[in-house]
Amino acid sequence: MRGARIRKAGVRATALVLAGGLALAGCASDDDGGDGGSSGGSGGGGGGGDELKIGLAYDTGGRGDRSFNDSAYAGVQAAIDEHGGEVQEFSPNDGGSDRVEGLATLAEQGYNPVIAVGFAYGDSIGEVAEDFPDTTFAIIDSEVTELGIDNLTGIVFAEEQGSFLAGVAAALKSETQSIGFVGGVESPLIQKFQAGFEAGARAVNPDIAINSQYISPAGDFSGFNDPARGQILAQGMYDGGADIVYHAAGGSGTGVFQAAVAAGQLAIGVDSDQYETVDDPAQKAVIMTSMLKRVDNGVKAFLDDFVAGDIEGGTDVRYDLESEGVGLSESGGQIDDVLTQIGEYRDRIISGEITVPTTP
Amino acid sequence: MGRARRIGLALLGPALALVVALVISGLVIAAIGENPFAALEVITNLGDTPAAQVQSIVVILNRAVPLFLAGLAVSVAFRMGLFNIGVEGQYRLATILSAAVGAAVNLPAPVHVLFIIVVAMLVGAFWAGIVAVLKVTRGVSEVISSIMLNFVALGLAGYLLTGPLKGSPEGAGIVTTAEIPESGRFPDLTGVLTGLGLEEPRSELFGFLVVAVVVGIAISVLLSRTRFGFDLRATGLSPSAATASGVDTRRMVITTMLISGAVAGLIGLPDLLGSDYEYGTEFTAGLGFLGIAVALLGRNSPIGIALAALLFGVLDRAAPLLQFEDIPASVVTIIQGTIVLAVVVGNEIARRLARRSAERAGAAATGAPPDAGDGGGGGGPDLPGGPDGGQRTYTGVPGQPEGVRP
Repeated sequence: MRGARIRKAGVRATALVLAGGLALAGCASDDDGGDGGSSGGSGGGGGGGDELKIGLAYDTGGRGDRSFNDSAYAGVQAAIDEHGGEVQEFSPNDGGSDRVEGLATLAEQGYNPVIAVGFAYGDSIGEVAEDFPDTTFAIIDSEVTELGIDNLTGIVFAEEQGSFLAGVAAALKSETQSIGFVGGVESPLIQKFQAGFEAGARAVNPDIAINSQYISPAGDFSGFNDPARGQILAQGMYDGGADIVYHAAGGSGTGVFQAAVAAGQLAIGVDSDQYETVDDPAQKAVIMTSMLKRVDNGVKAFLDDFVAGDIEGGTDVRYDLESEGVGLSESGGQIDDVLTQIGEYRDRIISGEITVPTTP
Repeated sequence: MGRARRIGLALLGPALALVVALVISGLVIAAIGENPFAALEVITNLGDTPAAQVQSIVVILNRAVPLFLAGLAVSVAFRMGLFNIGVEGQYRLATILSAAVGAAVNLPAPVHVLFIIVVAMLVGAFWAGIVAVLKVTRGVSEVISSIMLNFVALGLAGYLLTGPLKGSPEGAGIVTTAEIPESGRFPDLTGVLTGLGLEEPRSELFGFLVVAVVVGIAISVLLSRTRFGFDLRATGLSPSAATASGVDTRRMVITTMLISGAVAGLIGLPDLLGSDYEYGTEFTAGLGFLGIAVALLGRNSPIGIALAALLFGVLDRAAPLLQFEDIPASVVTIIQGTIVLAVVVGNEIARRLARRSAERAGAAATGAPPDAGDGGGGGGPDLPGGPDGGQRTYTGVPGQPEGVRP
């Protein structure tokens, strides 16, 4: 009967653990009332009757990447501050299998507009938009004109133009005349960053050495969320003589900054003004500049239009140097001495004198 | 008592694991200041309207089908003591090649679909076959080689996708292969649902569900009703004993890996033939690794794997909805992770209980203390009590079967 006794003891232990869990759970649910939902937004019901209910679907990595996704959230937050309302966020699972369901659920629960952050939604948003014709959809980084769906707007950026200026800045500031580029995933979008960066650097010095590498191949999203591998790649570049590395690798960028700190060299951030978003003062010191991709401005402008009832739909809105959708950050003051030269290149791109390539 | 008891013990491990995992996850949710019961409510509530409920079931089944196939692929190798971690690479490579081939040919509908399925199985089997050949000829651990081949497969798939097999227009944000024409697509089962008097769901139910069920039955029959299946399980339980009784272990390794790889080749097809019709940079990833978890949870039996796949499907369906309750979707990952950890521990406990009860039975039969003799096999670490009682689940790297090295 030894076995039976052990089994009974096992059951008893399980019950005990379970009960403990329930008790703890009870405590937790008691003090839940206070904070009122962490993602509820700060608008606090100021909108009145037709309150803005924004659905925000993130790219892999979700909020907290201090880069792309956070920038989109900042835009939503700015719109809520102005117009009132609330936001419901959604992050897909690692394999990305629930993107369609996530978008559909947002629409189903009455969130309107629904904004998909990232080109990864490009092949799923079309069908969802057609399933929910009364909801207004927007997608960042993906062109939708060809789809011709009335309730879907594309918000796209001229990343290659901003990256061109980053390349100019890197070439002007590099003492070794050797620079590097770390891309997250070898996708057409990130290749635009690489193409612009290389073109900008070569415009300053045709003989500059540029080491461009990607963390993961097309089809493997891990490169946007893998600081360890970002660090290894950047480390290799610094060891190989590069003194400035530009990253377009989302959440992996912190690894690049760590490598820059370790090597005592410089790095260029991406999407947000990363000088402002990193916490570590040591990392602040190595961020020479950031290629700003004002996703926040794009999102804010879209939401402003939505509130005003001015959404055209079925088209793409493009943000470039001219509309200040992309650009370089100046915080930290490390590129102050070359601002005039950067400004000249900026003007030549805006005037059309320089056409920046989108593929490397 | 034997049969009922055995089934009871077989269920005890996973059930215990599920409970432990739920408790741990509940504690995690409580620790971040949210209500665990709200989470449980979200996970178990399929929807308020009949249409929403049908939609939820479709979402669960559509997720469970590839997970079931992945679990099956892993389990076939597991049963022989082979740890095929390369399922991820096998299915990714199989999917891209079958997608490209399927888009390139034009055949009448049923033949076209069959052709794509066969190509996918062949590619999966080939990729797994490399692992098997390395193992029997050079003694390379299949764990190492299959992990390494995952990276090769992903890199290769990336190269093929952006190079020779690229079918999407230049400059498109998502690179894909060319689209498979109508005749190569698998008809969906939505008609069956509406035929049963259910509401029409928003998404289509994958027709590949039928193939998955057929493959599940086939594997089940193969393992439990054929000479090959007996040899396979015998080799898994004791390689030396199997070799001694005339089983050609090298051939078994190769055949088993080929079958495992062929099943792995099917994993991407429900999505490919049911909704995407092309392989692209955004194709569902990670199914191969989840398959390991599903196989562990399902204790390597096809029915168990089906239940485990459904459970994972239920949890995955809840991930978007949990976020609406301010509970991070990572909770689902935590639940899945703790289930797998707990199932390993739970299986071990169930195994020991089974051994004790067998020892006791042996002792009662001979009238002697259990440790007095080795009657009933009580002395060895392997499970006595019939071939099916010994579904060993490996908790780590399985030992190199003896007699495999050259």
